[in-house]
Amino acid sequence: MQHSREALIQAYRQMKTIRAFEERLHDDIALGEIAGFTHLYAGQEACAVGVCEHLGPADYIISTHRGHGHCIAKGCDVVGMMKEIYGSSDGLCKGKGGSMHIADINKGMLGANGIVGAGAPIAVGAGITAKSTGNVSIAFSGDGACNQGTTFEAMNMAVVLKLPVIFVFENNHYSEHTGESYAVGAESMTVRSAAFGMKAIKANGIDFFSVYDAMRELIDYCKAGNGPASIELDTERFYGHFEGDPQRYRGKGELDRLREERDCLKVFRTKVTEAKLLEGKDIDAIDTEVEALIERAVAESKAAPRPTAAHVLEDVYISY
Amino acid sequence: MAKKMIRDVIRDTIDEEMARDDSVIMLGEDIVGGMGSAGGPEAIGGIWGTSGGLWAKYGSDRVIDTPISESAIIGAAAGASLTGKRAIAEIMFADFIGVCMDQIWNQVAKFRYMFGGKSKCPIVIRMPYGAGYNAAPQHSQSIHAMVTAMPGLKVVMPTTAADTKGLLTQAIRDDDPVIFLEHKALYGLKGEVPDGEYLIPFGHARQVTQGDDVTILATGMMVGFAEKAAAQLAQDGIGCDLLDLRTTSPLDEEAIMDSVERTGRLLIVDEAPPRCSFATDLSALVANKAFASLKAPIEMVTGPHSPVPFARELESAYVPSPDKIVAAAVKAMSYRRG
Ligand SMILES: Cc1ncc(C[n+]2csc(CCOP(=O)(O)OP(=O)(O)O)c2C)c(N)n1
Ligand SMILES: [Mg+2]
Repeated sequence: MQHSREALIQAYRQMKTIRAFEERLHDDIALGEIAGFTHLYAGQEACAVGVCEHLGPADYIISTHRGHGHCIAKGCDVVGMMKEIYGSSDGLCKGKGGSMHIADINKGMLGANGIVGAGAPIAVGAGITAKSTGNVSIAFSGDGACNQGTTFEAMNMAVVLKLPVIFVFENNHYSEHTGESYAVGAESMTVRSAAFGMKAIKANGIDFFSVYDAMRELIDYCKAGNGPASIELDTERFYGHFEGDPQRYRGKGELDRLREERDCLKVFRTKVTEAKLLEGKDIDAIDTEVEALIERAVAESKAAPRPTAAHVLEDVYISY
Repeated sequence: MAKKMIRDVIRDTIDEEMARDDSVIMLGEDIVGGMGSAGGPEAIGGIWGTSGGLWAKYGSDRVIDTPISESAIIGAAAGASLTGKRAIAEIMFADFIGVCMDQIWNQVAKFRYMFGGKSKCPIVIRMPYGAGYNAAPQHSQSIHAMVTAMPGLKVVMPTTAADTKGLLTQAIRDDDPVIFLEHKALYGLKGEVPDGEYLIPFGHARQVTQGDDVTILATGMMVGFAEKAAAQLAQDGIGCDLLDLRTTSPLDEEAIMDSVERTGRLLIVDEAPPRCSFATDLSALVANKAFASLKAPIEMVTGPHSPVPFARELESAYVPSPDKIVAAAVKAMSYRRG
């Protein structure tokens, strides 16, 4: 673990921001404050942050329906995101897209995506751009999305074109209500990716350091011109597939156990305090700071301007 | 007669047809739910609650829970249907049609014709569609125009519990491919459903209200909106002849022409965007075949030429409302030539 104090604080702040953002949404959705389908990322923070802490604005990521974590990790404005999810015309996408479509192209964040498996081919295209600038392009996918033909096509094309694309498979063991062991025919996403002819490794998706170190290796590998790579991250989702999911597919006590034993924020805290890299009070201070940020994001979202009928036909090139 | 929600009618109708005919099978994502999980199978029974209990009754060979692979779902359903099965495939949201378009458009729709009439492909593709959930641009679309434009497909859009039973039974027994479009906002709608075997042949509109002033043509969620508008217009002395078209292909041209010839005014209500749409198609048809009967320009109330936006205010501005329907009917009534 050769991380500066600043780097550790930044990594934790990012993970905590995602967690607090999602926990707050969970509460506000239950209160009926937010419309639409919302898929929370809590539990998987070490994945998004472990990947994105390596990236700059000229590196690209593309996300999924479970996109808030990737957006925050890639530097999207948290207040703008909250406003978007609240449906304000002042939101990051003017209230047009909502939770499932948050994007910030200037930050290299090519969008959350409502179509499972749609991201990987687009990441290949961003990989063409990234190759010309010495950057990388990251496709986040789930264990469900890995079964989509579009994902297979993208992996093969990235190999054929030797592009600096990294396919990040966040294996949270469920696609909606279906267990990964049922839907993924191959032994693992790693075995499958390797069969496409790319470097494929696994990392521990609840341990920031495991993800971070593995990604360092893959990014160096891709930037050296070796073509694409893939990584499978073993991780957990702490809420339902979408808010409102009764989660009958979970085993008895499963969620309590995951939150107790497989919480990436707790893992991080334990590791850095035991190694005496940070003190408990450093982490507590970040918690307080982040809670205030989320509180402010919600307050501003509630006070933010609402869209009107006239906004429907903004950003179309023509109307009839 | 029993009173049931549309989502339960779908489940029960599939159940009846699976019990009646061993060749009926189902495929789709999470239609069982919980496969490979600690909670076990039947954890959900379809995210719309349209297939609960069927796996327990008919087993994994007939109720097939699939990975997220729409192309393979439709391809597999097509292959099974070409070789003796009657497959009912579920595409969780109609918007995902993009992922499996080739299988629908170039394969399923064309087999019978392209193979010289020597094949049949009795497949039903069920697709929940439409706005109303603030589900944003990729989960809210009305795609009926696209599939209606494809020769080789029959397209069904039920709006009542009884029609859902009659039309779905017909769809499953039909030897041709049927796109069965279920409006998401109507799943919870309750209505009387006839007991026992009940089939409604395709190509017959349902008369919702009768009137002599304006013909209103609608499908899906727009039928209920138009019914509300018609009730309001009736209070102002405007009589609406409202037809729920039920199937967009085949189309009940006779009912449309009969009505327009009587009223002389046509208003079309369509949830989809306005260009190259089902509304423009109906409009062209009537302009061509009933021109002489028209006393006013054909009115269309449709969604705008944009994706379906997310925010509550934006989505409700997007979707045609009863008020807009009323205004369009009044406009048609107040038209004076020259
Ligand atoms: C093409 C397509 N098919 C199906 C869906 C519905 N759907 C949304 S998320 C999801 C499960 C995705 O599972 P996974 O890739 O493991 O991601 P996770 O939800 O676990 O983050 C499904 C089936 C969709 N949005 N798009
Ligand atoms: Mg998953």
